[in-house]
Amino acid sequence: MAIKAMGRRTQQPATVSEDSWIEVAGLDKQYRPRRSAPTQALHDINLTVRRGEFISVVGPSGCGKTTLLKILAGLSPKTAGTVRIAGTEVVRPLREVGMVFQAPTLLPWRTIFDNVMVPAEIQKLDPARHRARAQELLDMVGLTGFERKYPHELSGGMQQRAGICRALVHDPAVLLMDEPFGALDAMTREYMNVELLRIWRESGQTAVLVTHSIPEAVFLSDRVVVLSPRPGRIAEILTIDLDRPRDLGVMSSDRAGVYVDRIRRHFNAAGVID
Amino acid sequence: MTDTEVVDTTAPAPGPTATRRRRVDLRERPQLWLVPTVFVVVVLAWEYGTRLLDVDEYVLPRPSQIVEALHRQLTDEQFWGHFWVTTQEALLGFAIGVGAAVLLGTFISQIKVVEATLMPYIVAFQTVPKVALAPLFVLWFGFGLTSKVVMAAVISFFPMLVNVIEGLRAADADRIQMLTVFGASRAQIFRMVRLPSALPFIFAGLDIGIVFAILGAVVGEFIGAKEGLGYLLLQTNYNFDIAGMFAVLVVLSVMGLVAHFVIRLLQRRLAFWAEDTKVIGA
Repeated sequence: MAIKAMGRRTQQPATVSEDSWIEVAGLDKQYRPRRSAPTQALHDINLTVRRGEFISVVGPSGCGKTTLLKILAGLSPKTAGTVRIAGTEVVRPLREVGMVFQAPTLLPWRTIFDNVMVPAEIQKLDPARHRARAQELLDMVGLTGFERKYPHELSGGMQQRAGICRALVHDPAVLLMDEPFGALDAMTREYMNVELLRIWRESGQTAVLVTHSIPEAVFLSDRVVVLSPRPGRIAEILTIDLDRPRDLGVMSSDRAGVYVDRIRRHFNAAGVID
Repeated sequence: MTDTEVVDTTAPAPGPTATRRRRVDLRERPQLWLVPTVFVVVVLAWEYGTRLLDVDEYVLPRPSQIVEALHRQLTDEQFWGHFWVTTQEALLGFAIGVGAAVLLGTFISQIKVVEATLMPYIVAFQTVPKVALAPLFVLWFGFGLTSKVVMAAVISFFPMLVNVIEGLRAADADRIQMLTVFGASRAQIFRMVRLPSALPFIFAGLDIGIVFAILGAVVGEFIGAKEGLGYLLLQTNYNFDIAGMFAVLVVLSVMGLVAHFVIRLLQRRLAFWAEDTKVIGA
């Protein structure tokens, strides 16, 4: 499946290096409210993400991590710097991007299957092939048999899994996730983390996850980007050297504990407890 | 993958449990027997109260007399002529008023300047008692069908317009953002989110609109007409056939009720995800 996903993306310029699939350089973001002083949300963010890599962004509340993701998604304009995805400057939402939101944000008047098909429909992609892909993804996340149900008939966790399928149906080059499991209970959340790793492994996407949870970031990522409190700057980029494939057992290992502690120290130093 | 997360939506199996379920239904929803009981009590009180107090039937006819008059009307061919005239006027006016409201409402809500410019006028027109325009319409469009259709259209237009505008505005910002991320155009956002979001509001507008359309047609007939249920109401009134008047009122109420239930049925089919969206009156 990973091979199939990669084989389809051939239209980007030949100059794009696999090592800088996502390229963020000198990124600044200021909010300028009409009647008050501008606030600096992000300052001098430099980050390069390899193709197929899993990156997490953590930081205290209000550090601008969601802003960073919105800029990557083309939803929010940047103040300065460059942001490229697969060689294309991001100034508006790119078709090569799939996104999972904090809430599942499914359309209540569409069945689960038709919800998953939304990006393919918007981008007018070949229906037959993407229907097959949608079914494949739904099977992969264990929603077989729920295709014809409506969102309100599913639990929050199942809805969010449908949301993940929707983000992947058009085989995007990059998968962005904005605290996708924040609304789930701890048990479902752990379970969804394992699921996400499996889906990511099988689909081969480059993933950027924004999360509040340090253990979640360590468990899932190749690298964890730690942002400082506002204005958000990169405090540290930590490479998580844990063997893949990973299961939850990995989290009780000493090495994982060291990573979690190290990230937590940034939070404590900033005087914010997550 | 386990199914433990599934929300159970399956209905209980029919069979021996069915009778027990009905009994539970009656306890949980007392309106099932309270509504018919109130009806029976009121009718009985009316019937025997008027007999006891010897109320003149020219003032308030007894239910039994109304039923008698109703039977007389329903078996009279002329009555059905009046019935169809009013039905036609109401439905035609309803279709025109509601159709115009959907078109104008959609147009208005798409362009901010237009909305800002026209909204004060819409609000102002809304406060005009439309019924008061009926004599004017009869003057302009004559005693025939047209003046009643116009009256019905005008009176059902405003509640629909307000609901369409409000409905198209009600689309959830997160859903729009979701579509934007996946590259949706304005037209796609309109079709995939704004219009479905407006549907419950549109049905609320239809629900009020159909009742208003009947009202408009009848009021138009009051002012000047040679046929229709409004005309028949006046005729029975002139002839001191008060029981006959009540019979026509019953027919008009049933018309409104049937229309209301048809629209409710359509709503449950087409806007099944949203029950009981707040209704905006006229």
